[in-house]
Amino acid sequence: MDTPVNKKKLSLKEKYSYLTRDLAWEPSYQKKEDLFPYATYEGIKVHDWSKWEDPFRLTMDAYWKYQAEKERKFYAIIDAFAQNNGHLKLTDARYLSALKIFLQAISPGEYAAHKGFARTGREFPGVGPQVACQMQAIDEIRHAQTQIHAMSNYNKFYNGFHGFADQRDRIWYTSVPRSFFDDAMASGPFEFMIAIGFSFEYVLTNLLFVPFMSGAAYNGDMSTVTFGFSAQSDEARHMTLGLECIKFMLEQDPDNVPIVQKWIDKWFWRGFRVLGLVSTMMDYMLPKRVMSWREAWDIYGEENGNALFNDLARYGIRPPKGWGDAAEAVDHMSHQFMLALYQWNFGTAFHSWIPSDNDMDWLSKKYPNTFDKYYRPRWEHIKKLEANGTPFKNYGLAKNCQTCQLPCVFTEPGDPTTLCHRETEYKGEHYHFCSDHCRDIFQEEPEKYVQAWLPMPQLFQEPINGDLEAWMKWVSLVDGEDNGDYQGSHDQTSFEKWREMATSN
Amino acid sequence: MQIDVRTVSIEPVRKTFDHLARRFGNKPASRYQEGSYDIQAAENLHYRPTWDPDQELYDPNLSRIRMKDWYDLKDPRQFYYSTYTLARARQQENVEANFAFVEARGLQDMLPEDIVEKSLKLLVPLRHAAWGANQNNTLACGYGYGVVFTQPCMYHAMDNLGISQYLSRIGLLLGGVEALEQAKDAWLNDSAWQALRRLVEDTMAIRDPFEVFVAQNVVLDGLLYPVVYERLVDTYLASQGGQAVAMLTQFMTNWFTESKKWTNGVLKVTAAESDENAKVLAEWINHWSDRAVSAILPIVNSVLDERVDEMVSEELEAFRARIAKTGIQL
Repeated sequence: MDTPVNKKKLSLKEKYSYLTRDLAWEPSYQKKEDLFPYATYEGIKVHDWSKWEDPFRLTMDAYWKYQAEKERKFYAIIDAFAQNNGHLKLTDARYLSALKIFLQAISPGEYAAHKGFARTGREFPGVGPQVACQMQAIDEIRHAQTQIHAMSNYNKFYNGFHGFADQRDRIWYTSVPRSFFDDAMASGPFEFMIAIGFSFEYVLTNLLFVPFMSGAAYNGDMSTVTFGFSAQSDEARHMTLGLECIKFMLEQDPDNVPIVQKWIDKWFWRGFRVLGLVSTMMDYMLPKRVMSWREAWDIYGEENGNALFNDLARYGIRPPKGWGDAAEAVDHMSHQFMLALYQWNFGTAFHSWIPSDNDMDWLSKKYPNTFDKYYRPRWEHIKKLEANGTPFKNYGLAKNCQTCQLPCVFTEPGDPTTLCHRETEYKGEHYHFCSDHCRDIFQEEPEKYVQAWLPMPQLFQEPINGDLEAWMKWVSLVDGEDNGDYQGSHDQTSFEKWREMATSN
Repeated sequence: MQIDVRTVSIEPVRKTFDHLARRFGNKPASRYQEGSYDIQAAENLHYRPTWDPDQELYDPNLSRIRMKDWYDLKDPRQFYYSTYTLARARQQENVEANFAFVEARGLQDMLPEDIVEKSLKLLVPLRHAAWGANQNNTLACGYGYGVVFTQPCMYHAMDNLGISQYLSRIGLLLGGVEALEQAKDAWLNDSAWQALRRLVEDTMAIRDPFEVFVAQNVVLDGLLYPVVYERLVDTYLASQGGQAVAMLTQFMTNWFTESKKWTNGVLKVTAAESDENAKVLAEWINHWSDRAVSAILPIVNSVLDERVDEMVSEELEAFRARIAKTGIQL
């Protein structure tokens, strides 16, 4: 054939650019702002979308191939787990409380992230970030599904898993992560990327996944370990996307810096509050513990965070405003939150329990400055009430923080014996907060946060009208099975009975 | 002889999750059901979007289509992430094998010159149309309601991206980087492509997620794929010595056949829901198919000299017959 064909060898980068960037064009039959209507209202200025550096280069054929290999392995392992009653290899069924919280509170967030990334994957007027967001969108639905599939087998044998889809929208503690994801999705595409892509995936995900998956491995939960490992290479891609996105915003225009800083301040604190759930899991819910929440924070929070913010300092970014208060709170939060969960455990679709003497000794060792001084005496008191047949139950309702939705159970910075409480007035209404940072977030965007659905006041509204039994039905909580103390629960008796069957004659 | 391996047999305390038992009865659920039904937040949403405070975060009213239950729009392929990815991984192995077969034997250099020219002219600009399809399916996923309807839209968007990459590779194989550059120039400036580009840009301005689904997946692809891949590549070009090109587009042919099952299924259920739905669907399909036909004609004209109108009207008839079977009166 005579046509001179240009067979110039393309570098991988050039080739990937032809297979992604070059697909789009400048529209001329429609105005660009009509095709990408949400790209500018947040005030982020982008002068040149082509300056976006692809955080990874993965064409669809390679994506399908690699992901399919991981999928095959994952389902082979969880099938074997189900067939061999893998759940009987757990250290103890107490461990399942952590999984129940995960399924009710975190897996729905994976789905929300899927949806949010589909939106940013359409709304950014640049192909580079669009393709990266779309891949994350499809990964996130993968994570939601692999988690549900991995826990489906536990649901067949244990309580507390069966109502997760109802509890996601109705029970009080899931409102914490859901409000986090709703908040991100209600934000524009750039803020969404800071919220999920940067704050959640880059700064906080190690604190969620590494301790969680290690906890699963330590406690014999091969099913969860498998979805954790299987998600890891996806997470690595998501982290690089989050980091690239923030650098891109900062490099495009100096006017972006204060906007991004404000978002970093906000989303760090929002994320830190969500991690309150993880801290109790690590310190209290794992029969065999991996490390304390404090140790995890030192490694994955403090060290990684400092390195990151040193790196971002050249753009004029400082560490998030709540960083110092967070570091101090780390010694208290798991204890304060577990005490709350225990006294309201009639209203949780998982079990809690009074830590054993052994557990408490471990906690004193890990929290030498706080546990014996502030928290052991409270547990000892609760233990005494329990022994006297008058277990401590708090049927009063907690005040929710208008921003993070946690009950206001945390203490003042610098004073662990005084409850922290902030309030503000907006258009004649009073709003309550757990901390300065949550109040500041509200004050930045009051019109957004006044809309928050608060799970506690819901109790007194239709269709509940203050009736606890009606509430339990509404949140798909089976009283006496899903809730309450682990001691004497169905989970405990079944697990012990089955394990006995599996290990003796 | 069958040997039964004995394991400790313990009775499960329940068969499935509450929300699935309500939908499908108290029996073990499939993985498709577990991974798809009711996993989107449905109530007590916290905030309205700052990007459009008239919308809810998940808002069924973004569309003119009304469903009592959006979870009726089941995907007949029952694709969830795993089954989807495994299916595509198998298909991409075939594509790789086909590309390798062609390249190993240098078949691309043995193609008649006019076949190369026509293939490049016809196929490579379509990578931009496939990118438009990616944008539209991503929007349908992002703003559509109910997981069983939106999750296949995301898979479809990734398929569209894959197709645009396969088309680019065909361009690179047959004509190098220049072929991509010429095709882009044609897409932007050549009169034969302007009606299609205008159509694609107009669909990208639609914000009703269901209308986007109809305009893109039902109508435009429903006419474009049979014309381009079945009639022009597999029949016309292949008969003129371009069988190698047909090997390289096999993915698109198979993909279209498979995805019709999904789009037909969605149309059928949506139309059966109410007369109003059926009317809206008919209105959309009529509107967008008129546009699609006039956009496809000049493209076909640029590679084929005769029987162009006849061929396109045959395909339009076939398309209308397909739609009629879903219960929509055009």
